[in-house]
Amino acid sequence: MTDVVATNQTILVVGGGISGLTAALEAAECGKQVILVEKGPSVGGRVTQLYKYFPKLCFPTCGLEINLRRLKANRNLRVLTMAEVTAIDGEAGDYRVAVKLAPRHVNDNCTACGDCADAVEAEFDNEFDFGMGQRKGAYLPFNMAWPQRYVLDPRLIGTPDADKAKAACKADAIDLDMVEETVEMKVGAVIWATGWKPYDAGKIQPYGHGRFTNVVTNMEFERMLDPFGPTDGKIVRPSDGKAPTNIAFIQCAGSRDRNHLEHCSRICCMASLKQTTYVREQFADDVTSTIYYIDIRAIDRIDDFYRDVQADPNVKFIKSKVANITEDRDSHGLLLHGVDTEGYHRYSNPHDLVVLATGMEPSVPAGQVPGPVTGDEHGFVAADGAIFGAGCASEALDVNRAVQNATAAALRAIQVVNRVAATESRDV
Amino acid sequence: MSDMNAATVTRYRDDFLKEVEANVEEGDWVKMCMQCGVCSGSCPLGPHWEHPPQELFMMIRANKREEVLSSASMWYCTSCYNCLVRCPREVPITHIMHGLAHYAERLGLAPKELPTRKFSKIFWKNLSSSGHANETSLALKLYFMNGFGEGIKKAIEMLPVGLGMLRAKRMNPFGLFAHKGCTDKKGLNAILDKAREIELAKAAKYQA
Repeated sequence: MTDVVATNQTILVVGGGISGLTAALEAAECGKQVILVEKGPSVGGRVTQLYKYFPKLCFPTCGLEINLRRLKANRNLRVLTMAEVTAIDGEAGDYRVAVKLAPRHVNDNCTACGDCADAVEAEFDNEFDFGMGQRKGAYLPFNMAWPQRYVLDPRLIGTPDADKAKAACKADAIDLDMVEETVEMKVGAVIWATGWKPYDAGKIQPYGHGRFTNVVTNMEFERMLDPFGPTDGKIVRPSDGKAPTNIAFIQCAGSRDRNHLEHCSRICCMASLKQTTYVREQFADDVTSTIYYIDIRAIDRIDDFYRDVQADPNVKFIKSKVANITEDRDSHGLLLHGVDTEGYHRYSNPHDLVVLATGMEPSVPAGQVPGPVTGDEHGFVAADGAIFGAGCASEALDVNRAVQNATAAALRAIQVVNRVAATESRDV
Repeated sequence: MSDMNAATVTRYRDDFLKEVEANVEEGDWVKMCMQCGVCSGSCPLGPHWEHPPQELFMMIRANKREEVLSSASMWYCTSCYNCLVRCPREVPITHIMHGLAHYAERLGLAPKELPTRKFSKIFWKNLSSSGHANETSLALKLYFMNGFGEGIKKAIEMLPVGLGMLRAKRMNPFGLFAHKGCTDKKGLNAILDKAREIELAKAAKYQA
């Protein structure tokens, strides 16, 4: 049985992405006891999948490294990975929480040597790359994963591959008998930071994602840039693996649309502007980018970045929401059809790679949170309810604002446990 | 206010938008358009319209009353509903197009020689005179819509189809004369007359 010591003065943070990490670290560094629960095998969340941040175009690995150092150095913080909160009962200051722990089949003897991965043969779609590549059945989720411990895919259990992995491990780290367990704990405050997921682009029927090979989402595009990613860091057309010549970015793909997500996802404009800089970085003047938009929402300080991209002669802006895309079956080239708003010109523009700037929706919609939360009509969790929503679970945010938002949530949680501490010391 | 100012203000008065909201079916929605262009891009007949829906909405908001109401554009709508299902704001574009066409017709501003307008008039007369559509007579009227010679040519061309329909009992030639219609034709027409009277009175408030 996993032993978790928690009291009514403990803060529970659900979700180990940049928001959850920030909230947990800020609270722990204030001397509070914190438990961080992450559903996946590693902390880091969406930012680990990104190539660069806007507007400074620095690498997320850098910020992640700082946060991992803070995490390793802090004795007040306990991290549970492959753990999912299944119930939260009670009220602020006095919650009972049930957490389901999925078996990792690898214990903390693991040295991350990788022998198990070499030994097993089964491969599965790599969820870290949105299925663009394959990974082994025994795997490290990504290079910077923390904890640095391999995972055995549950689909391996009961197959000869599982025994091969166990035989290959020199550290006696593989435990095939691990089973799912549920732990219960008392906590004083809960921060809900389960983050976001990209909107399912396949639902935007006229754009053909899933039907046309060369239509990708902006997150898939980010994965192409990772030197260890599915395309070794090269921007390519998925149909033939060759460099594109003429890339289109379609804004508001699923956002600001009553048929899809009603809200503006806020990050997609900047994401596409940023991605045009990747294109320039990789191809100089050889490849053009065209952004199809309703209006570019680059707010305050980010406006400078927008102006820089506008000044790039290889980036074209067309004020129009694309009506639909058709594909040439032989060449897999794409035609974008629509009418622009600046003169009502009808166009059918050829492109060889289309990037859909898909928006963000909450990973766990407020209605599915197993506890007392206040949600809005889009499924975001209110920051000031009984359970505190933080980061992209509470609204569509960029990384910078998610970190600010999570710090605010940490303060709210600290206020609750301080109140509990005051009451408990009076009781004594 | 200087003359130039006054002229500018007049240009941007939303009188026509208000008129459309009051008189055109689903006209309330025109202000909701965010000019993304998906409707115009999705229209299968789009390339043939002088002003696609998105432009019509902007013209309404820019007070271009004469240009909109005398335009042939909205008469091209075939009710395929592509625009309506794709509109990110769920604006009922198809209905507004028909609403605009109907309003222009009510005011006598619709272009006269449009086939869709002719068809609509023939169909409406056929339907409203008896309360039920008389399909045989409607088909005949449509054959002869563009003159006697054209009608004969069309009838000969369609002969095999007509005979097939006769054989399959899908068409009754005696229906042309034995068409019954609804029981109270007078009552129906009184209702329609009253409705027209109310509509015209409402429209009259917006006439200069």
